Amino acid sequence: MSGFSQLQSGAERFLARYDEARHRLRGDAGVRDAAATAFRRTGLPGAREESWRYTNLRPLVDLSFAEPALPTGDCTALLARLPAIEGPRLVFADGRFRADLSAVPSHVSVRTGAPSFGTLARPDSDKMVALNTMLAEDGAAISVPEDMQAGTILLVSLATNAADTPVGFHPRHSVELARGASLTLVEISIGDGAYLHNPVTSVTIGEAATLTHLRLQNESATAFHMSTLYADVAAGGTYDSFALTLGARLARMEVHARLAGEKATAHLNAAQLLGANQHADFTTVVRHDAPSTASRQTVKNVLTGAARGVFQGKIEVARIAQKTDGYQMNQALLLSADAEMDSKPELEIFADDVKCSHGATVGALDGEQLFYLRSRGVPEAEARNILVRAFLSEALDPIAHDTARAAMEAAIEDWWSRQSA
Amino acid sequence: MLEIKGLRADIDGKEILKGIDLVVPDGELHAIMGPNGSGKSTLSYVLSGRDGYTVTGGTATFDGHDLLAMEPEQRAATGLFLAFQYPVELPGVNNANFLRTALNAVRRARGEPELDAVQFLKLARAEIKRLSMSDDMLKRNVNVGFSGGEKKRNEVLQMAVLGPKLAILDETDSGLDIDALKIVADGVNALRGPAFSALVITHYQRLLDYIVPDHVHVLAGGRIIRSGGPELAHELEATGYASVIADAA
Repeated sequence: MSGFSQLQSGAERFLARYDEARHRLRGDAGVRDAAATAFRRTGLPGAREESWRYTNLRPLVDLSFAEPALPTGDCTALLARLPAIEGPRLVFADGRFRADLSAVPSHVSVRTGAPSFGTLARPDSDKMVALNTMLAEDGAAISVPEDMQAGTILLVSLATNAADTPVGFHPRHSVELARGASLTLVEISIGDGAYLHNPVTSVTIGEAATLTHLRLQNESATAFHMSTLYADVAAGGTYDSFALTLGARLARMEVHARLAGEKATAHLNAAQLLGANQHADFTTVVRHDAPSTASRQTVKNVLTGAARGVFQGKIEVARIAQKTDGYQMNQALLLSADAEMDSKPELEIFADDVKCSHGATVGALDGEQLFYLRSRGVPEAEARNILVRAFLSEALDPIAHDTARAAMEAAIEDWWSRQSA
Repeated sequence: MLEIKGLRADIDGKEILKGIDLVVPDGELHAIMGPNGSGKSTLSYVLSGRDGYTVTGGTATFDGHDLLAMEPEQRAATGLFLAFQYPVELPGVNNANFLRTALNAVRRARGEPELDAVQFLKLARAEIKRLSMSDDMLKRNVNVGFSGGEKKRNEVLQMAVLGPKLAILDETDSGLDIDALKIVADGVNALRGPAFSALVITHYQRLLDYIVPDHVHVLAGGRIIRSGGPELAHELEATGYASVIADAA
């Protein structure tokens, strides 16, 4: 079967699930049906599309993803794998909210039980969003009132592998910060078995509000993680994010950030650590739509085995967005001969008074640095670890949340020990 | 005791060391002098185990251990220390963490207990004070943004903290002003004792006014062509290498 027809039959299986389930799925039926119509027309993204050139979904359509069983299973073992981060938590198991496992915050508004579609993520322009909208069953809608400093909330996704067969879930979250509010959202995805986790998140940041969004994607080695996030930042607001990708056989994080008001800021930092046959793609589109806006992206990749990393970063500067300050740096450390990094920066600038820079480096560990450490008595494996951590530090050090950063570092340490084992 | 016998080494098929014989007994400090390209740095790298050199003959042992069969970190654990001519920058690696990791790795390999952060800082601060350096040096990334003199002092700090039995100083004097030179020399002299030996590789006699060697060897064309006492360094300074090389030929 050709790649195209394979994608098509994969799309048809998703549509069959929609046809079977639509009568009982909650949320706005009009939005859902429109998304299904769009998905029926366009199908899954294929390699012929510019933004999907480096990430092929064929491994995903080789599987059928069933509907997860009712969310009542025991999750003790999975929960024990979560890092100890203080604060209220919203726990989803196989895409469905689990009140019994959660500690719902009382100081902010949280709605669960149905997908929270919103208007930022558009099913008609993004195929993965169409798929999510068509099949979304649940999600968290978090809303922080004006001027509230809301502290930290954990958003957890567990994949239970309860039925021992591949399942697919498509949570739809939204986060809304009113003027002057702040929140740190720590999002952790873990699981067992083969599954598709395809979340879509809408983020609306009001004037002078700040969302710190820290993501740890540590899905099972046989999972698929396809996430899409749309963020809209008003004047003086900040979307400050860091995403660490360690898990899944095939992963893509797509972030669309729009700096809509003057002096809005977005930080889209990320690290991807991949081994064996893993493939992970970090794709960003930052749109500067107002004057004096700033975006920063530091993306680090550490690749071993036959892993493949992808970074696509697009910066768009509208005519009105004078004094834009855009910075993008993608660096990859290749620890094996078979690892591969594909890097595609794109700048599209219509204003004339802007500062935009981008850079990409790909290389191996530095032999001089390794020898220097070893000559001081540091064993080779430890010396390599030190240099890899040093390479990542530029992306990790800015994380101000101590326990979240410690959790990221512990996950990296664990990843490293698995690679060297 | 360092014993080198008939040591030969290549880089990319080109022979650089053409049969070196050298013995440095415990407690002694030997200087190796020689013109550019004579093989001085190659000797220090071959002894410390850097990649890229092929040993084609001879032996090098330290306290009876076959140095050439060991990984660089094992050589460090047996007490060898190389002060680099060009210390390497390690962006993202904190100098204090680096020093502590190195010290604990060496202590672990020797079967000694590791030092915790408090014990380590006490030790490091004492050495820093003795070397007239600022505490700030511990907080910075290893050699990043250091001046030439600071880099060399950082090498001496590492040496002082690791407490080697045999130190090889590869042109540690290059790029140093006279004040920094004295500090570096003080650092080396402080380690001198019956259990410490050193191989001081230098191009100029100047350093040897401050670190007085027991013996001086002249390395030229990959061989030691002459050995003598400290006075040999002064003779070289007066006559240049050419006449010594001509005499030996």
